[in-house]
Amino acid sequence: MTLFEEVPVTTTDDIPVRRVEMRVNGETRAANIEPRLLLAHLIRNGLQLTGTHTGCDTTNCGACTVLFDGQPVKSCTVFAVQADGHDITTVEGLATASELHPIQEGFKDEHGLQCGFCTPGMMLSAKALLDENPNPTEDEVRWALSGNLCRCTGYQNIVKAVLWAAEKMRGGAPADASADDGGDA
Amino acid sequence: MFPSRFDYKSPTSLEEAISLLAANEDAKVLAGGQSLIPMMKLRFAAPAVLVDINNIPGLDGHGAQSDGSYRIGALVRHADLEKSSTLGDHQPTIAAAAPLVADPIVRTRGTFVGSVCHADPQGDWASCMVALGGSIVAQGPNGRRTIAVDEFVSGPFQTVLAADEIAVEAVIPPASGTRKGGYLKLERRVGDFATAGVALSLEMSGSTVAKAGIGLTGVGSSTISATEASAVLVGSSLDDATIAAAAEAAAAATSPRSDHRGSADYKRHIVATFVRRLLAQHQPVEAKVA
Repeated sequence: MTLFEEVPVTTTDDIPVRRVEMRVNGETRAANIEPRLLLAHLIRNGLQLTGTHTGCDTTNCGACTVLFDGQPVKSCTVFAVQADGHDITTVEGLATASELHPIQEGFKDEHGLQCGFCTPGMMLSAKALLDENPNPTEDEVRWALSGNLCRCTGYQNIVKAVLWAAEKMRGGAPADASADDGGDA
Repeated sequence: MFPSRFDYKSPTSLEEAISLLAANEDAKVLAGGQSLIPMMKLRFAAPAVLVDINNIPGLDGHGAQSDGSYRIGALVRHADLEKSSTLGDHQPTIAAAAPLVADPIVRTRGTFVGSVCHADPQGDWASCMVALGGSIVAQGPNGRRTIAVDEFVSGPFQTVLAADEIAVEAVIPPASGTRKGGYLKLERRVGDFATAGVALSLEMSGSTVAKAGIGLTGVGSSTISATEASAVLVGSSLDDATIAAAAEAAAAATSPRSDHRGSADYKRHIVATFVRRLLAQHQPVEAKVA
């Protein structure tokens, strides 16, 4: 007998808990949840995938963006029950065990982040764009990212990072705009 | 933030959804959820039951019909309209507004019909519907009825939808000539509500305006139909004097409030400017020379 043993609280509430099953980053995950649980909370607290950040919690900032069947959604504005049977990609689904996703490489190479809080959402919006349009113009990148707010960078390097990734994903060698940043190369 | 507790239903047919609405007091339809879910999180809305219509097939199409009308199903997302390659040929007003609604992430999820049902006086789609003379088709236990948008919206955030009815599609009536139009919106940043917005619909018979509609966003306690301004346009060939008169009439139809988005005078000025700009885009060449 330990000093403390948590026991389940019985509730008189007749709202049933729902079992949901979804693909998260390619892996099938299931959970029993209350309908009011937001997708962002299932991902962060339930599945412990804390790469998805909750910023404003009011559908403004886009930090909590994940891909829902390939389309960017604000996971603070989707109920987790709605994801039942669907395909979710979070930032943890970008890199493989051995290497970063080109978008992540781009953010690293082009200094596309400062505090990093908006970065997961930015990268997933960028992924949705590049999946649909592998060769976007700068304007198209800015347009696609216009639902994601960043308070640090002024967006310049984020846009550069996405263009860098686009070029790499098309098989080209990205023009390394920051190649001489290191000094005596 | 968590919403209040609710029960969640995900019917797979309209009939099932309608019977769920009829059987549950205080039930609410969930489509895109991009207005409803934020309101539930802020507890401005606390429905006991959510009836999610996202799993009902057949509601996600939009297109021109054989009778010349244009139909938009209840699950057509803003992004579906924004990315459509054919919408602009049929519905230039809607095609112009689609990229200006909310932000790209909200647009992948939010729906056209849901936005009209939300009946926010600052909603972009209601202005387009008013300009185009559109209707909402509502389905209930006793079948379908078609409700003109100006009757459908009964006040801010209020519609005449019965508790057991679902708005299944929006209908834009056929044009009596060549359809022209556009939408202009001033916003402080992407995703903000309109400081002011103007939807214009023109039906042209040659270079003469056969029919016109102007809807105004965010410059009154409800979406405004600038009927006097559109009356000025009918029968004209959009000469400079007519455009100036229409712009003035549209500004006079507004009743904006001064707020953090701008003063009332500023908003009236924006409305007049947008009306002029939109009409100038459709001015026949000879009218420009004159």
